[in-house]
Amino acid sequence: MTENREIVFNNVSKFYGEVLGVNRVSFTLEPGITSLVGPNGSGKTTLMNLLTGLIRPTRGSILLLGLTPRQPIEFYRQVGYCTQFDSFPPATTGYDFIFQPLCLHGFTNEQAAKLTSEALERAGMAQVAQRKVAGYSKGMRQRIRLAQAIAHHPSVLVLDEPLNGLDPMARSESIALFEALAKQGMHVIISSHILEEVDRISDRVVMMSSGYVVAEGRILEVRNEVRDHPIQILVRCSNASRLASAAFELDHVVEAKILNDGRSVLVRTRDADKFYLLLNKVVSAGLVEVDAVAPADADVNSIYQYLIGSDGAPT
Amino acid sequence: MSVQDFFARTQNSLREQPWPLYARQISVLVRNEVRRNLFTRRRIWVYFVSFVPALFLLLHDIFSHGQFDAAYLEEQTQGLAILVQVYYLRLGVFFACMGIFTWLFRGEIVQRTLHYQFLSPVRREILVVGKFLAGAIISVLLFDVAVVACFYLFYARFGSVGQAFMFGSTGLGQLGSYLLVTSLACVGYGAVFLALSLVFKNPIIPGVIIMGWETISPVFPGWAQRLSVTFYLKQLCPVAIPANGPLAIFTVVAEPVSHFAAVFGLSCLALAILVLSCFLIRRIEIMYTAE
Repeated sequence: MTENREIVFNNVSKFYGEVLGVNRVSFTLEPGITSLVGPNGSGKTTLMNLLTGLIRPTRGSILLLGLTPRQPIEFYRQVGYCTQFDSFPPATTGYDFIFQPLCLHGFTNEQAAKLTSEALERAGMAQVAQRKVAGYSKGMRQRIRLAQAIAHHPSVLVLDEPLNGLDPMARSESIALFEALAKQGMHVIISSHILEEVDRISDRVVMMSSGYVVAEGRILEVRNEVRDHPIQILVRCSNASRLASAAFELDHVVEAKILNDGRSVLVRTRDADKFYLLLNKVVSAGLVEVDAVAPADADVNSIYQYLIGSDGAPT
Repeated sequence: MSVQDFFARTQNSLREQPWPLYARQISVLVRNEVRRNLFTRRRIWVYFVSFVPALFLLLHDIFSHGQFDAAYLEEQTQGLAILVQVYYLRLGVFFACMGIFTWLFRGEIVQRTLHYQFLSPVRREILVVGKFLAGAIISVLLFDVAVVACFYLFYARFGSVGQAFMFGSTGLGQLGSYLLVTSLACVGYGAVFLALSLVFKNPIIPGVIIMGWETISPVFPGWAQRLSVTFYLKQLCPVAIPANGPLAIFTVVAEPVSHFAAVFGLSCLALAILVLSCFLIRRIEIMYTAE
């Protein structure tokens, strides 16, 4: 039997009475970092709560590594969820906050203590672990929740706005931790408003708006699907004007703009593959020497603007 | 599916359960809940409710000086019976259990911390059992200690006569019965309020309705009386209190049953309500904003 490594949403809908949470969501996620992106109220947290079994779908089904919350022991050993709820059991210390749930996993006190120390170290909270959580700053509370979510070595880590309240240093450390966990073969599912950072770390993106998934997949693939907006390609070369004039001869090129440095051309094209063929030809013919080529708008921020817009409504 | 198949499947299912893990989880839950709910300022009123009669008795002894006349021993026995049956069983244990058991889940929802337990690899039924046991330990501990204190204070004032009654006569037997009946009251009311907290956002109004039911149930047919906790408790009280005047409704045993049947019946009632709670908790979703 092969090990099931996927997370599968199959036509999932969730209604809160008459209010739509998410509607007809279907996708499959493989290990790596997946970002949930969308404006407030778009259904990101609902999707995470559904995935972790805190709420049940009104319709459809969800399988996490082949498991459902109806098998709680196996299911919750695989899941770590750092929620947005900024609340803690009263009078608990950072150490106990991690240690106690580990005891519920069935670990002995010694194993739980070892895992607690390890998680505290990874989240950078070892120094303040014996203090009461009530006295923590917002960033520390965020990190102690993260420590709890990773303490039992889950296969799926779900993080709702994990970078909120973190200073730049802690943010950078957290991102490094997410990347390290993803490299170990974990699912890391992050919802975030900070698109630049999402873009930097994500393998995959799920874009949501008004309870619907408007796009899902690898970032470049999603960008290629957005045909209404020509793809922007930035080329740095020895002869920008020659490349711009060659590009203009192609029907699918909408714009070729020489940038102020005189060595860069920003091309907007409806068919990137054909433009790359042209580029190969001009380089082979020795007309220009290319220093660098890069898509200029194949990032989460651009895709978000194209698909959802700044007002949060799908375009 | 035949009956034999059903039993075979149930037997297999029970055999496959990870019982040592469940035991470990229950012990962790009980320990945490007892620590969080017994030694907290939120429970000061429960301490007050359980120990206020003992406090009054103590103050009375301090200011009255001297020993009581042995002729009043019988009267004191009646007094203790009224205290346990009317104050503790009808009011003290009832309201304390309402506070303790409804807070076990409802409190977690109010404090927005229930999701931590739902995200642990613990069957929700185990959560119910663990929390119920913790609530039972807290309430039984408080009220049994209070009843022992009252018992001692009621009879210590009689000096050697009181001691002879406590240790040489029927005293210890009565104390044992009071402890049993108080413990069963905690278990019975606890199960009821735990279930109510899983259904109602504010269990106070249903609690008042339950109290009304417990009071007027003696006027209903026998089968309906068996759905009240006090039906069983009354059967186990060692001393009957006068069945006249307004107290009669609290004391009259309309359908007497054996002590064994009373203990067994109340245990079954509490177990049935706990099983219901296990079904109810499966339906709970974490939607704090809707609470």
